Amino acid sequence: MSVVSGSNNPIAIRIENLSRHYRMGDALIRAVDGISMQISSGEFVALLGSSGSGKSSLLNLIAGLDHPTSGKVVVKENDLAKFSRQELAKYRLHTVGMVFQSFNLIPSMTLLENVELPLRFAEVDRGKREGLARQALQRVGLIARLRHRPTELSGGEQQRASLARALINQPQFLLADEPTGNLDSQTGTEIMNFIREFNQTLGMTIIMVTHERALAERYASRMIFLADGKLVGDQPNVISATAGQTSGGGL
Amino acid sequence: MKTYDMAELAVRNLRESILRNSLTTVGISVGVASLVAMLSLGIGLQQLAGRRLQKSGLFDTVVVTSRRDLRGFNREQEENGPAPAESPTLNEAARLKIAQLPDVLEAYPDIRFITELRYQDKPYLTMVAGLPFSAKNNDAFDGMQGTFFSSDTAPEVILQKSFAAQLLGKAAKIGGEEASVTELAKPLLGKQLTMRYAERTATPEPGTNSSASQSSSTAYSVVSREATLKIVGVSDLDPDSMRGQARARVFLPLKLAQNLHVMQPSDLRDTTNLAGGTPAYTTVEVHVKSPTQVQPVEDAIKKMGFNTFSIVDATRSLRQFFAVLDLFLGIFGSLALAVASIGIVNTLVMAILERRREIGIMKAIGASDGDVKGLFFAEAGVMGVFGGLVGVALGWTIGRVINLGTNVYLKRQHFPPEQIWFVPWWLVLGAIAFAIVVSLLSGLYPASRAARLDPVQALRYE
Repeated sequence: MSVVSGSNNPIAIRIENLSRHYRMGDALIRAVDGISMQISSGEFVALLGSSGSGKSSLLNLIAGLDHPTSGKVVVKENDLAKFSRQELAKYRLHTVGMVFQSFNLIPSMTLLENVELPLRFAEVDRGKREGLARQALQRVGLIARLRHRPTELSGGEQQRASLARALINQPQFLLADEPTGNLDSQTGTEIMNFIREFNQTLGMTIIMVTHERALAERYASRMIFLADGKLVGDQPNVISATAGQTSGGGL
Repeated sequence: MKTYDMAELAVRNLRESILRNSLTTVGISVGVASLVAMLSLGIGLQQLAGRRLQKSGLFDTVVVTSRRDLRGFNREQEENGPAPAESPTLNEAARLKIAQLPDVLEAYPDIRFITELRYQDKPYLTMVAGLPFSAKNNDAFDGMQGTFFSSDTAPEVILQKSFAAQLLGKAAKIGGEEASVTELAKPLLGKQLTMRYAERTATPEPGTNSSASQSSSTAYSVVSREATLKIVGVSDLDPDSMRGQARARVFLPLKLAQNLHVMQPSDLRDTTNLAGGTPAYTTVEVHVKSPTQVQPVEDAIKKMGFNTFSIVDATRSLRQFFAVLDLFLGIFGSLALAVASIGIVNTLVMAILERRREIGIMKAIGASDGDVKGLFFAEAGVMGVFGGLVGVALGWTIGRVINLGTNVYLKRQHFPPEQIWFVPWWLVLGAIAFAIVVSLLSGLYPASRAARLDPVQALRYE
């Protein structure tokens, strides 16, 4: 498996021979099985594969939510395995933002409170928090729904709120796990346009898990294919000329 | 996360499942309430007993006797110190000296004699004692009918209930219903008693100036006299209970009793006393400011060469009894709080199960283990604060109700009302603090369990 870098920009994430195995009864599941790759900053990477191919597991490892069985995830020259639990929490708070298929907003909180929550964890002053949260919600066009609870909103609106939340601490990486999986195609497009905007105007590095090749081809700058926990393909997205990538193809 | 934010989030989380959390908080409240009610009852009873003892004058009293009088209360003292014959006489000079000791409120001689009293021309033989005017505040007169002496020399008497019954021919039968003081007092108050007594009068010795005071004379005559006294009060309780066999049932103002110069048992001994110029007292009673000062006063009087006796030791065992009582009441109260703390553990563990996903989300967006732990911990703490506050209020109310009920009962039994329940401020603060500490301890396990939750698993949980 050749190691491919998708851009000329500096390498942001280096994955070396990464494995994540776990037991389920007697069976050993190799969710991630010896993957190596590099992701440069500013890339829009789509992780593609059928369900059970290990793409979500890989994303969780990059997010620092899970620990590898072997191998390394090095983010900006820091080996995540060497982080303490406390440092991993800090990493998730400041370095990566996550969005999920099922939005994962806290149902008991209003949108404003949901978006504000990472600021609380980051111990941002009370006085500044609301302004920042409003700004983030403004960016995704939800300023009118601040006081609503997630259940009072449509799926698209919930996902926009979760994008605002992912953005609030200005992370360098956006990790998205099937962000349009629960949305109709029109709302999905809306969400993808936001993600693309973050990639292009904020310079965020995007790693998006999806099983829809069409979606990846339309938005991503690079497509990585997984099957049975192994990397089976890694190519720059040549079709996505409309995406207006600033960086050229690596291969 | 900052503490304030944590508390705020905790309160809002508690509000989310308001019923369950209120029930848990009510559990804590009941625990705190029972703790407060039990302890305040214990403290109240202790104070009641303390007040009674204080007012009874038993525990701040030192009884002084002369070493010359071998019938001292405390045999051991006679083993050391000056020999009886060489020890000082317990006379007026000695009394004044004792009265001037620090922390001594008053020192007065004990005057008592057995004599005959006539009521409606029938003779009754009984012990009569002088009562200092300060005894007015004595607890023994709480249930008294009539009034206390109008002055320290007024020709008035207070009767003990049993003597009053005797005068009316209503001597209590064993096992029979006792007549109430009110009943006894009605026909007696304001009536006259005639007291016959033996007066000691000085007989001037040949060759001495007749102006010499009678008290400085060694020779005296005994003259039979009569005095008319007005009954002003009938006392329910026994103001002289400490005296055992020698206790009086009729009381005169002390000054009056002194002025009557009634022949005292010790007078006879003085007659043969070579050193004696002045009449000596059998006993001098010393009132000390507070029971804690009894010991130093006793020591000082002993140094003067007298025998002393106090029952301050008895208070020590009484205090011990109340300490044990408080402990047991406290344990029973704490049991309820212990049950409540299991309620907290249960509620929070349930909350973890219910909020697994939420915990996963919080961790995914950057909450540290400490944040999650702190949040659950704060929830336990907030329940503790509310439970403590409500519990103290509840306990206070329960105490009041018990007090009220007891007083209704006391009133029916013709006793004066009592404060048997007392909540000191330290109990209020202590109970709230205790509730918070117990709640936090109960939150410890659920909180660390929530913090250890694997975020990947928690996010998968629907």
